[in-house]
Amino acid sequence: MADPITPVLTKRWLSPNSWRLSTYEQLEGYTAVKKALRKPPEQMVALIKDAGLRGRGGAGFPAGVKWSFMPQADKGAAKPHYLVINADEGEPGTCKDIPLMMADPHSLIEGCIIASYAMRAHHCFIYVRGEVLHCIRRLNAAVREAYDAGYLGKDILGSGFDLDIVVHAGAGAYICGEETALLDSLEGRRGQPRLKPPFPAAAGLYAKPTTVNNVETIATVPYIVNGGSDWFREMGTEKSPGPKIFSISGHVEQPGQYEAPLGTTLRELLELAGGMKDGIPLKFWTPGGSSTPMFTADHLDVPLDFEGAAEAGSMLGTTAIMVFNETVSVPWAVMKWTQFYEHESCGKCTPCREGTFWLAQVLERMVAGKGTEEDIDTMLDVCDNILGRSFCALGDGAVSPIESGIKYFRDEFLALCEDNKSKQSEAELVGAKA
Amino acid sequence: MTIAPENTETEVPEGHVKLVVDGEEVIAPEGELLIRTAERLGTVIPRFCDHPLLDPAGACRQCLVEVEMNGRPMPKPQASCTMTVADGMVVKTQKSSRVAEKAQEGVMELLLINHPLDCPICDKGGECPLQNQAMAHGRSTSRFVDTKRTFPKPISISTQVLLDRERCVLCQRCTRFSDQIAGDPFIDLLERGVHQQIGTAETADIHNSASHTSSGTPFQSYFSGNTIQICPVGALTSAAYRFRSRPFDLVSSPSVCEHCSSGCALRTDFRRGKVMRRLAGDDPDVNEEWSCDKGRFAFRYAAAKDRIRKPMVRDESGELVEASWTEALRRAADALVAARESNGAGVLTGGRLTVEDAYAYTKFARITLRSNDIDFRARPHSAEELDFLASSVVGTTPEHVSYASLEKASAVLCVAFEPEDESPIVFLRLRKAARDKGTKVFHIGQWTTSSVRKTFGELLACEPGGEAAAVDGIAEHAKDLDAALSSDDAVVLVGDRAAEVPGLFGAVTRLAERTGTRVAWVPRRAGERGALEAGAVPTLLPGGAPVSDASARATLETSWGLDSGTMPAEPGRDTAAMLAAAASGELDALVVGGVDPDDLPDPAAAREALANVGFVLSLEMRPSAVTEHADVVLPIAPVDEKTGTFLDWEGRVRPFSITLEGTGALPDCRVLDTLAVEMDADLFTQTAQAAWSDFSRSRVVSAHQGSNPDQHSRPAASTPDTPDGTVRLATWRQLIDNGSLQVEEPHLAGTARDAVLRMSAATAERHGVTRGERATISTERGALTLPVEFTDLPDDVVWAPARSPESIRSVLGAGHGASVALSGGAR
Repeated sequence: MADPITPVLTKRWLSPNSWRLSTYEQLEGYTAVKKALRKPPEQMVALIKDAGLRGRGGAGFPAGVKWSFMPQADKGAAKPHYLVINADEGEPGTCKDIPLMMADPHSLIEGCIIASYAMRAHHCFIYVRGEVLHCIRRLNAAVREAYDAGYLGKDILGSGFDLDIVVHAGAGAYICGEETALLDSLEGRRGQPRLKPPFPAAAGLYAKPTTVNNVETIATVPYIVNGGSDWFREMGTEKSPGPKIFSISGHVEQPGQYEAPLGTTLRELLELAGGMKDGIPLKFWTPGGSSTPMFTADHLDVPLDFEGAAEAGSMLGTTAIMVFNETVSVPWAVMKWTQFYEHESCGKCTPCREGTFWLAQVLERMVAGKGTEEDIDTMLDVCDNILGRSFCALGDGAVSPIESGIKYFRDEFLALCEDNKSKQSEAELVGAKA
Repeated sequence: MTIAPENTETEVPEGHVKLVVDGEEVIAPEGELLIRTAERLGTVIPRFCDHPLLDPAGACRQCLVEVEMNGRPMPKPQASCTMTVADGMVVKTQKSSRVAEKAQEGVMELLLINHPLDCPICDKGGECPLQNQAMAHGRSTSRFVDTKRTFPKPISISTQVLLDRERCVLCQRCTRFSDQIAGDPFIDLLERGVHQQIGTAETADIHNSASHTSSGTPFQSYFSGNTIQICPVGALTSAAYRFRSRPFDLVSSPSVCEHCSSGCALRTDFRRGKVMRRLAGDDPDVNEEWSCDKGRFAFRYAAAKDRIRKPMVRDESGELVEASWTEALRRAADALVAARESNGAGVLTGGRLTVEDAYAYTKFARITLRSNDIDFRARPHSAEELDFLASSVVGTTPEHVSYASLEKASAVLCVAFEPEDESPIVFLRLRKAARDKGTKVFHIGQWTTSSVRKTFGELLACEPGGEAAAVDGIAEHAKDLDAALSSDDAVVLVGDRAAEVPGLFGAVTRLAERTGTRVAWVPRRAGERGALEAGAVPTLLPGGAPVSDASARATLETSWGLDSGTMPAEPGRDTAAMLAAAASGELDALVVGGVDPDDLPDPAAAREALANVGFVLSLEMRPSAVTEHADVVLPIAPVDEKTGTFLDWEGRVRPFSITLEGTGALPDCRVLDTLAVEMDADLFTQTAQAAWSDFSRSRVVSAHQGSNPDQHSRPAASTPDTPDGTVRLATWRQLIDNGSLQVEEPHLAGTARDAVLRMSAATAERHGVTRGERATISTERGALTLPVEFTDLPDDVVWAPARSPESIRSVLGAGHGASVALSGGAR
C-alpha cells in the first residue's frame, strides 16, 4: 500500500520545468493515453466507475457515472459531443486547480484526451478564470506542445481519434463556476445558470451532449488508467477513494497545497503544514471553501472525505481549508464572506440576489456595533428563505458561513449587539430633533 | 381535468398522468407545468417570471411548492413554473404545506426589500401583480430596516417605453418576450447581483460612461408595447400613458384592431369619454396575448383636434363651411341624383371599413347610384387581382387557412408579402411556428429582411416585378421548396403587393394547382377582406357571386326588395378606371370613403380626378387630400365610437361593439342609409346590427368559386430590361410611417424604422454611390434622396420604403418593379 504521503497528482510539481512536455514525458507522461486509446471507450468509462473517482469540483458526483450519461452513438447523424473542463476555480480559499495547471498542465491535457475519447468527444474546452493570465499562457503553451507532439489534433498517436482543445478565458465571475452558467459564458452569453433539465449530457454546450468536469478530476484520470482501479482504491476511503489536493490557507505555518488521501483529518493536515502559525490556537476553519459550513477546533478529527464532512454537518467542497486562529472575529469573517456572495450573486433569482444584499447590510451594521439581537434571528430566517429556494447552489453556499457562524459562535454576534442595547432603550422619533 | 371521486380508480387517458395536488387526485396531460395543473384546480400559485407563452425561466422563485416523487419528498421546494407533472407525484402548494407557504412569503419579502413605495403614483398600482400577490401571499410588515438600492428613474429605453429600474423585480419577462417572441433582443440584463438591471445598449453606455465609445441601439421593436403589458410591476411604462390615469378609474371595452388585417383582439380602456390606452386582448386563435405597437399606441387620431365633427359643404367662395346634416345631405343627394341620371357616380370606399360599412357602400352604389362602379382598393390593383380574389379568396373562412394552420404547416411560402411590416401578428405566428414547431418559412422577395431573419426563413431573391417568374421557377430551381409545398399542410401567403406584379396571381394559382398547397391572401388594411366579402368591388356581389350572373342578381334583387332587372348587369370600373373616368368627365361624381391619394397607383392623376370631377362627396374623420376637393364632407365615426365587424385575413369574423357611447358620431352605414333616404332608397343599414343581418341574409355565394380558367392562361410577365443607368425599384410600406391613423403619436413615431435606400455594394459602385453618403433615385416626375444602406439586394435593384415620409408614388410616380435612375453624391 502506498504511503499516505506519497504524492500522485503533485508528484512532478517540484521537478525542474515540470510544466514542459519533455519533463512530463520523462516522468511517465502520456503513457496512460497510449493504453487508453487501444481500448474501447466504454472500457474507460467502466474503469473510472470502478475506481470510484468522485468529482473534485465540490459536489463529489461520481465521474464515471457522469460520463455514462453521455449518449453512446457518435456516428452518422449523432450530434457532436463536448468535454468542458471547469477551470474557473473561484471558491474562496480554493487554490488547487490553478497550481496544478501551472505546475503540471500536461496531466490535465492527457486526462482530457482520455476523457474525450471515453465520451466520444472531439472537442474539449478548458474554461479558465480570466484573472489568471499566467496560467492561461502556460496552458496555451502546453496545448501547443501537445499539438506539436501529436497528442492533439487529427489521428492522435495513430489511433484514428481526433481531438481539439480550446483554452477559453472567462471574464471573472464566480457564477461561471456553476456548470450551466459556465456553458452560457462559453457560448458567449451572459453567465447565468440554466434551467435543468435538460442536463448538459442531453443538451449542454451549443445544446449538444456535454460533460463538465473539474480540472483535478480529469487530471486524476491518467493515474487511474496507469495504476488501475484497485490501486486507486487503496487510497482514501471506501466511498471517497483516491488522493486529493488540499489547499490550506490562513493561520498555519506553511500554507500551500498538500496532497493527501481523502479521509485525512485536519489534525494530520496541520502537521503537514507545520502547525498553527505562532502557536495561536485554532478557532474555526472551513473544510471546503466558504460555501461549506465552518468547523471549529472540535472537528479536528473529522475524516475529510465526502461522507465524513457531511456527517459532521458540513461538506467536503473543494477541500479549501481556510484556517483561522483566535485573533479573528467570526462575525467579521462572516461579513467579509457575505460581501463576496453579494458581489458575486448573478442576479438571476430573487432569494440569492436580494437575500445576499440584505444579509450583507445586516452584518455590516452588526460588525459596526449597530446590530440587535433581533437581527440575528432575522438573519437566520432570511437564510432559511434562501437555502434551497435559490435557482442554483450559490445561494445555498452564501448562507453556510452565516448559519454555521451563528451556530458555533452566537455569543460573538450577541456581544456585538450589547453596545447597541443601551442606545436602543433611548429610541428617538424620526425627525424629532429638528 | 378530472377530479376523481374518493376510492374509485380513475382511468388515465393516453398521454396523461395522475398526480395529487393538495390532496386532490388530478389527471394532467404529460408535460403540463405544475403551476397550470394547480390553476385548473382553482389554486393560484403566486408567480412573476412565469408566462404561459414564454419558455419557463424559474427566476423569481415565487411559485415554490413541495413535491414528493415515488413517495420520497424532494429535499428542496420546487418551482412549479418549471416542473412538469409526473405519474404518482404528490404536490403540496401553499394551501396544504407550511413549507411552501413560508418559501413564498420569504421570496415575497425579499422582492419587496428593494421595491420602492411608489404604489400611490405608479401606473401599475391597482392592476399590479406584485401589489396583489404581496397582499395575498406576503407578510404584513417588512423586517428590512437597512438602505434600499436605488437607481435614477425613469430612463427611456425607446421613445415609447420608459424603464424604472427600482421597481423591476428582474423576472425577465420583457427580455424573454423580446428574445423569444418578437426576435428583437434589444433589451437584456446588465450587471449582476442586486445591481442587475434591464437595459439597452444605450443605457449600458450611460451606465458605463467612462468607457463610452459608441452610441448604442435603443429598444427597437414593433412589439415593444407588449413588454409594458406583461411587466408584472410598474417597471416598464408607456410614455404615452404614463401618469394619465389610474386603472380603477378606467372602463375596459373589448375591441378589435382597425389597423391591419391581423384582426387582433384588443382591450380599449377609457375614462370620461376619452380613450386612455389600448392593450392586447387575449385570443388564442388570433393574436394570443400580443399586439403590435401600432395597434396598441395608434389611436389618438380619433381624438385629433382637427377631427371633423359636423357636416361641411363648399360655399360659393369655395370654402368648406360647417352645415347642418339636413343641408349637407340635401346637397349631396341632389348632386348624386343628378350624376346618376347623367354620366353616373363612382364609389371609392377605401380599405378600412367594417363589413357593415362596406356593405352599406355596396348597397349605396348598386341601389342608390344604380352602378357597379365601386372598388375598395385604394392602392395599386389589377384585374388579375380581382379575378384571383373572386376565385380563391372570397368566401374562404379560417377552415381554409388560419393562424393555427400556419403553426401546423411544415412549410409556408410568403410571396410579395413582408409579414413584419404588413401583418405583424402573422409574422409573430410564423416566427413561433418556425422556432417552436420547425415550420420552414420561405420568402420570395428582394433581400434578407428582418422578417426573413426572424422567421429563420430562406430567401428566394428575385428582381422586383420578377416574382411571377420566380414562382413559376420553383419547380425547376427550388426543388426542396417544391417538395415542401406538396405536403398537405403547406401554405402560401400572398400580400397585396402582388397586384403590382403582372402575372403573379396566375403563377401562384398554377403553383397551388400543381402542388395542392393552400393559398391565403393577406392584405395590409383591416377592411379589405370584409369589403371584398361585402361586394365592394366592380365585379362581385355581396357574398362573392359575379355581377354578371343573372340568377345571382335576381336572388339579390329579391332579398333587397328591388324590382326585377333593376340591378346593373355590367361589371363596373375599378379604382383606376373610375379616377380616369372622373378626370375625363365620363363620371360626374365620386363618393369617397377613407382614401389617401398618395396610396393610389398614380397620386397625381387621382388628385387631378378629384379636382376635375363635378362633385365629390367625402365621408371622413379628418381633413385629407380628398376633403380638399370635396363639395360635401360628412363626418363619420372612428372604430371606438361605433359597433361593427372586421374580417381578418383568415376570413374570421371579428365583431366589436361601441367603446365610447353618445359622442354623436355616426358610422358610414348610418350616414349612407340616411343619404339614400334623401335619394328615395332604403338601404336598411341604419345600424351596424341591421346592416349585418341584412348582409348575412342577402349574400349570394358564387357558384363558380374555386375555378377561374382565365388565371391559368395568363403568362408570367418577364421583367422588361432596365434601361441603361437605371435600377429597378422594390418598395413597400413599413409598419410605422406617416399613415393617417398614426397622427398625434410622437412616441410611436419615434420607433419607426429609418427611411433608407438599400442596395448592394456592387450596385452602389456601379452607380457612383459611396458608403456613408446619400443617394438619389429619380424619374421624370421627381427625385427622392435618402441615406444609403448596403443590403443583399440583387444587382441593379434598390429598395426604399413607400413612405419616407413622402409617398414614393407621389414623388416618383413609380412603384414596386418600376425603373428609376440612381445617382450618388448627395450630402
